[in-house]
Amino acid sequence: MANVTQSTAVGTAAAVRSEFDAKARSQSSIIFGRFVRHRAAMISLGLLLLLVLAAFLVPPLLPYNYQDTSSGGFLKPGGGHLLGTDQLGRDTLAQLLRGTQFSLAIAFTVAISSTVVGVVIGAVAGYLKGFLDNALMRLVDLFLIVPQIALAAILVHAWSSTWWVVSIVLALFNWMSIARITRGEALSLSAREFIEASRAAGAGTWHIVFKHLIPNMVGTITVNATLSVSTAVLTEAALSFIGLGVQLPDTSLGLIVNDNYTQVLLRPWLFWGPFLAIVLISMTISFIGDGLRDAFDPRQTKVRA
Amino acid sequence: MFQYLIRRLLISIPILLIGSFLLFLLVASAGDPLAALKSKPGVTAAQIHTLSVQLGLDHPVLVRYWNWLTGFVRGDWGVSVALGEAQTPVIDTISSALWITMRLVIGAELIALVLGISVGVFSAVRQYSIFDYIMTSVAFVMFSMPIACVAVVIKGYGIQFNDVLVSLHLKRWLTTAGPPPGGFGNNLGQVIVNYTGTFILPTISLMTISFAAYSRFQRASMLETLNADYVRTARAKGLSASRVLFRHAMRNALIPVSTLFALNIGAIIGGAIITEHVFGWNGMGTVLVSAVTNYDPPTLMGWFAVTATVVVVFNLLSDLLYGILDPRIRLG
Repeated sequence: MANVTQSTAVGTAAAVRSEFDAKARSQSSIIFGRFVRHRAAMISLGLLLLLVLAAFLVPPLLPYNYQDTSSGGFLKPGGGHLLGTDQLGRDTLAQLLRGTQFSLAIAFTVAISSTVVGVVIGAVAGYLKGFLDNALMRLVDLFLIVPQIALAAILVHAWSSTWWVVSIVLALFNWMSIARITRGEALSLSAREFIEASRAAGAGTWHIVFKHLIPNMVGTITVNATLSVSTAVLTEAALSFIGLGVQLPDTSLGLIVNDNYTQVLLRPWLFWGPFLAIVLISMTISFIGDGLRDAFDPRQTKVRA
Repeated sequence: MFQYLIRRLLISIPILLIGSFLLFLLVASAGDPLAALKSKPGVTAAQIHTLSVQLGLDHPVLVRYWNWLTGFVRGDWGVSVALGEAQTPVIDTISSALWITMRLVIGAELIALVLGISVGVFSAVRQYSIFDYIMTSVAFVMFSMPIACVAVVIKGYGIQFNDVLVSLHLKRWLTTAGPPPGGFGNNLGQVIVNYTGTFILPTISLMTISFAAYSRFQRASMLETLNADYVRTARAKGLSASRVLFRHAMRNALIPVSTLFALNIGAIIGGAIITEHVFGWNGMGTVLVSAVTNYDPPTLMGWFAVTATVVVVFNLLSDLLYGILDPRIRLG
């Protein structure tokens, strides 16, 4: 008898569970869902993907290669050249797409490498505290006392002007803010119980930093890495614009602006293309960063409409 | 407060010393100051040797740094080694350039600050109004624009504006290539016309990004104070709306922005490089670009030392300002 009632109780419980079937959602799927619902971020992501696809897939389809100077200089837009040609007779659209490729490559390299360096330094400093923390934070101060663009200019000039040297040099002077942010977060996280428990269980410093601290800071890290992509695009453009960044045979949007900015009144199409491409990249990435911030931290929603 | 100041100053000195040493190593390893001379035809090895002894290049780098440092403290910053610069003392180049840049930057930052605060306060008071949305979008666009392109566009339209003035049989007003060499004129009217014409375009180009930052900052901090308990208390006890707004909410909301302002002055020297390059001002940016392209170590070291000091001083000022403005923060 007792057995029977028990089994019916279990039966009804199962029925209830199937009627209100709430699938357990993982933290990451919740965050993903929030991001997907962020309209500005999704539109930006679409635009950015379109731009990336265009930059890498369209050039082979164009009638002119980026080096082709056979058409004559300063042609007006139209005909074979959708955006005209520059002074040397190179197709502006081909140049623009190639510049976008390089600018994106530089920006992502800068963002990824400076984030890795900044996160490791910040997390170690915040977790170990004491002397090492002090020393690392003074190192940050040291790197902050001279404008990044000035140091980058002298190093790029001394080494070489290929796109990856420019990326490394920019990353070298760009990890400080993320290191400060990560340090703050690591300081507060390392006082939490789960870190203490892990330490009590005998985990070493590197294990705690890489397996417990950094995974718990993924939100902050992603958001800041995204935003540093757009900073990198702008800094690279500024550096190449004053002629101390990327040089031929590599190129970038900043270098194209530098080549063509004297034509802003006479042949505006030469100048506005790279300008708008830079604005588009940096703006879409800022919106994506905003969307990620809202997705990772629900309290942040609607701070920026 | 005084103790805090002393302690901060004492921390800044080693940072500046180590920083200047690392910069010295960096600059020394970045090239050969006699390369341009060596590549000239007809220069003998003896001449090169004499010059390198004269510049102290035969000493090890530590000795050279010590010589530079002691000279720098005494006001002897060395002479430019770039060809064509004809051994100009670095201190003259840098001090005239710093004056030109600071005049431009401080004016632009002050205007950006006033505009940014006004827009930020108004956006916060009328949160989610059309004005707020427009200013939010404007700030977003401004953040995303490369300052070089902004400067180029502004310069282009300035030239067009001048052409319109000329076609109306007026004189050109806007200067798009550096400040006038002969001063700003004699009578007051002339000075005002020349002064505004010279400054307005580079100022607008420098302002854009700072303005965006100030307005966003002010809006955020104003929203925070408007929702604070003491503002509700002030309203509840029957103070007039404007008194609550300006005396209670805005005064406290100004604190973060004023510290950002002090920080920005130091940082904007880097941003001014582009604007000066476009508008042909002989400020710090132009000096840097030519010192890098001609590889001129004494000028580079002078430039880095001055910029680093300015940044450190303004960072300190911003921390002090915070302590003075916000009584909850005790420095000590």
